[in-house]
Amino acid sequence: MSTTTSTDSRSRGKAPAGERLADWADGRLGIYSLAKANMRKIFPDHWSFMLGEVCLYSFIIIILTGVYLTLFFHPSMNEVEYHGSYVPLQGQLMSEAFNSTLHISFDVRGGLLIRQIHHWAALIFLAGMFVHMMRVFFTGAFRKPREVNWLFGFLLFVLGMFTGFTGYSLPDDLLSGTGVRFMEGAILSVPIVGTYLSFFLFGGEFPGGDFVARFYSIHILLLPGIMLGLLVAHLILVFYHKHTQFAGPGKSNKNVVGMPLLPVYMAKAGGFFFLVFGAIAVIAAVAQINPIWAMGPYRPDQVSTGAQPDWYMGFSEGLIRFMPGWEVNFWGHTLVLGVFIPLVIFPLVLVAIAVYPFIEAWVTGDKREHHILDRPRNAPTRTGLGVAWMTVYLTLLIGGGNDLWATHFHLSINAVTWFVRIFVFVGPVLAFLITKRICLGLQRRDKEKVLHGRETGTIKRLPHGEFIEVHEPLSQEQLHTLTAHEQYQPLEIGPTVDDNGVERKVKGAEKLRAKLSDAYFGEESQIPKPTVEEYKEITSGHGHH
Amino acid sequence: MSSQDIPEENLPAEQDHAHGAVSVADEKNPFADPGLPPHEHRIQDVDERAAKRSERVVALLFTVSMLATLGFIASYVAIPSDKSIFVFPIGHISAMNFALGLTLGTALFCIGAGAVHWARTLMSDVEVADERHPVAAAPDLRAKVHEDFKQGAKESAIGRRKLIRNTMLGALTLVPLSGLFLLRDLGPLPGTKLRHTLWSKGKLLVNMNTNEPLRPEDVAVGSLTFAKPEGLEEDDEEFQTEIAKAALMIVRLQPENIKDKRELEWSHEGIVAYSKICTHVGCPISLYEQQTHHVLCPCHQSTFDLSDGARVIFGPAGHALPQLRIGVNGEGYLEALGDFEEPVGPAFWERG
Repeated sequence: MSTTTSTDSRSRGKAPAGERLADWADGRLGIYSLAKANMRKIFPDHWSFMLGEVCLYSFIIIILTGVYLTLFFHPSMNEVEYHGSYVPLQGQLMSEAFNSTLHISFDVRGGLLIRQIHHWAALIFLAGMFVHMMRVFFTGAFRKPREVNWLFGFLLFVLGMFTGFTGYSLPDDLLSGTGVRFMEGAILSVPIVGTYLSFFLFGGEFPGGDFVARFYSIHILLLPGIMLGLLVAHLILVFYHKHTQFAGPGKSNKNVVGMPLLPVYMAKAGGFFFLVFGAIAVIAAVAQINPIWAMGPYRPDQVSTGAQPDWYMGFSEGLIRFMPGWEVNFWGHTLVLGVFIPLVIFPLVLVAIAVYPFIEAWVTGDKREHHILDRPRNAPTRTGLGVAWMTVYLTLLIGGGNDLWATHFHLSINAVTWFVRIFVFVGPVLAFLITKRICLGLQRRDKEKVLHGRETGTIKRLPHGEFIEVHEPLSQEQLHTLTAHEQYQPLEIGPTVDDNGVERKVKGAEKLRAKLSDAYFGEESQIPKPTVEEYKEITSGHGHH
Repeated sequence: MSSQDIPEENLPAEQDHAHGAVSVADEKNPFADPGLPPHEHRIQDVDERAAKRSERVVALLFTVSMLATLGFIASYVAIPSDKSIFVFPIGHISAMNFALGLTLGTALFCIGAGAVHWARTLMSDVEVADERHPVAAAPDLRAKVHEDFKQGAKESAIGRRKLIRNTMLGALTLVPLSGLFLLRDLGPLPGTKLRHTLWSKGKLLVNMNTNEPLRPEDVAVGSLTFAKPEGLEEDDEEFQTEIAKAALMIVRLQPENIKDKRELEWSHEGIVAYSKICTHVGCPISLYEQQTHHVLCPCHQSTFDLSDGARVIFGPAGHALPQLRIGVNGEGYLEALGDFEEPVGPAFWERG
C-alpha cells in the first residue's frame, strides 16, 4: 500500500523540483548520508578561524584569474619587436612572454585588472597562510589528531611560495629575470651536481630560451594541481576532525559548540568569499602591482636598484645577503659556502616549524586528542619558541631589504647587514626569554583575577579611613574559562636503581627528554593555576578582598 | 624510547580530576563548567521592526551589487582603454582599471556584506553542541581490520612465494629509471661552457649604448662604460646567453692609483675592463663610486675595489671580478687581448 502511495505522489509531481533532483542524485551518489553528517555540522566562532578561509578564497580567486590570464599569455622566449599601445617600449626587442604580458596590461580591456587581482591575491594567499599557520601554532591546534593536517598546511605554504616565484618570473621582465638569475646562481653553488642541475633546468646556459615555458607548466599545472589536492585533503580533515574551540562554559574536549553550517556558516563563509574577492578587486583597482612596463624586458646585463622578490621569498633573500662570501678551493674544485649555506638553511628554517608538533608531542608524551585550544600564555615555552622563530624569519626579511632600510632610514648598508648578521642569532634568544616572561606575567594576572576578582577601579573608603579598591568576584563562567587549561608536570627520570638494587642504564634520549620537559613545564616555566582550596580560603572571608 | 613509559600521573587529566573535561557545576567546585550560557536574544529576535530593518539593509546591499555590475559593464563599454585619470592621492592611473576594479569590487563586496549581515542578524544564533567521537577505531574494529589484512596478505601468498615478491620489488624499483633517463635531454652537459665567453684576442670593445667601437679617448676618468664584444648584436639568437657572460664594464683610473700589479699590466693607460657579472649570484653590477673606485652590485650589495684587482671589500661575493686584458690595435681602438682567464659570474663546483 505504502509503496503505491509514494509512487503515486511522485508521479503526480507533488514533490518540489529541488527535492526530486536531490532524490535522483541520492539514488546515484548517496548524497543524503553525506548531508546528514555535514549539512548541519557545527562550527565554533572566533575571529581567528577565518584566517584559513582567507587563504581558501584567495586560492580560488587565483585559479579563476589565472585561467583567464592563460587565454592571453604566450609562454615563449622568442624575441619579437613590440608594436603594442604602450609607446615608450615600441620598437624594442623583447620575449613573447613579456610582449603578451604588455598586451594583457594595455590592450585587453580588464586585463590589467585581472593581472593585478591575480598578483594581489597571491600575496594575500601567502600572507594568509603565514598568519593562519601562526594561529594554529600559538593555540596548539596542531596537536593530536591534527598533526597530518598541519603538515598538509605547511606543504601548501611551501608550494605556494614556489608557485608564486615561478608565476612572477613568467613575464620575463627585468626584475623577475634578476630573481631567476639569483636562483641560477644558487643552484650553481650546489656541490658536484650544481652545474648539471642548472643546465638541465635552463636547457643549457642561463638564460637560454626554455625557462619561461618550463616555469609555465610548473606554475599553471604541476604545483597548483598538487596544491588543489592538498587543499581538498586539508578541508576534508577539518570537517572530519571537527573544528577546535577555545575553552569556555559548556565547551569541552568532547564536544564542539557553535552554529550549524546550514544556514549560518553557508551564509557567513559564502559571504566571506565575496568580501575577500571584493576587497582584492578594490585593491587591484587602486594599488598598482608589478608594473613590468616600467622595468622593461629582461636583459642579463641590466639591473635596477632596489631589486626585491615578493615578500614571501624575502627571507631567502635575507639569508643570501647577510652571509659572508665564503669560498673554499681545493683539488681543483670550489665549495661556494657563501651561497650554498643559505641554500641549505632556507629549507631548514621552514622545516623547523613543520616538525615542531612532533617534538612537542615527544616531550609531553601526551597521546590524547586535543580539541580545546591553548591560550598562548598558557604554553609559555611553545609561545616563546614560536616568537623566536618569527624573529628569525622577520630578521631575515629585514636583511632581504637591507638596501631599502638603508635608503629609507638613512642608515649605512654595512651597518644594516651587520645588524642582521648578529641579530639573527641574538634576536631569537631575546625574543624567547621576553615572550616567556610576558606569558608568565599574564598567567600570574589570570591567577590574581581568579583568586581576588576583577579590579573595578572603584575606590572605597572604609570606616576607619583606609582606602581600598573594590574587587568584583568573577562569575562562574569566567572562573571556569580561566582555570580550564591543563598543566603538565615535568617528566622525571624514574628510579635509576630497580627493586633489586640493580642499576638501570639511563639512555641519552631519556635524559634529554627529562631536561626538555623541565624546560617546558618546570617551576620556571609555568605558574601553578589556582586551586579550589586556595580560592575557598581567600573567598571564605578573612577580610580579604 | 617510546612515549608509553611516561607515568600516567604526569598527564594533566590525571592530576586534577576536579577540572576534568566535563563536570557539572556544584557548590564544592567553584571552577566547574557551568554549561552553555542561556541564549541572549538579539533585537531582531524580539522586535519585528528591527528584523525588517535588517532585511532592508540586506536587500539594499544586494541591490547595490546589481547596480555595481551594471556599472562594470558600462565602464567596460564606455571608457577608452588608454584613458588616464588623476585620482587623489594615488596619482595618474588607468581610468579603465580604476572603474572596472571599483565596480567589480563593490559588486562582490556587497554580496558578501549582505550575506554576512543576513547571517548575523536574521539567522538563528543559538549555539548548539555537537559531540565528538574519537578518531581512532574501537579495539574490535581495529582487530577486525588487522585480521582482514592478514587474510588478504595470506591469500596473495606474497610472504610465502618470495621469488614473486622479490622480482616484483626489483621490477618496480627499476621502472622509474626510464623516467630518469627521459630527463637527460632537458639540457646539454655543462662541459667547459661556463669557462668561455665570446671574448678572444683582437675583438674590439663595442660601447653598449652607441654600438660603436671604443677608443681610449672615449673613456673619461670617473665614467663607467659598458661594453660588449664586436659582432654580438641584440637580435642575435644567442644574444641573451652570450651577453650574460660577456658583459663588460670599463673604467679609467689614474695609473698611479692602481694598487694591483697585474691589474696595471692588463690595463691600457689606466683603462681597466672587468666582467660586469657579479661573482656572487650573477647580477649585473651597475653602481660605481668614482671617488673610491668601488663598484656595488645592487642586488646583494657585494662591493668590489676596482683599483685593487676588483677584490671584494664587502658583501656576500666570494671572489674578485675577473679582469679582461685589453690593449689598443693599429687603428687606435680598444681590443681584447684574449678571453677572461677565469670563469665569469657565480662560482660553481668545477670552477677550482
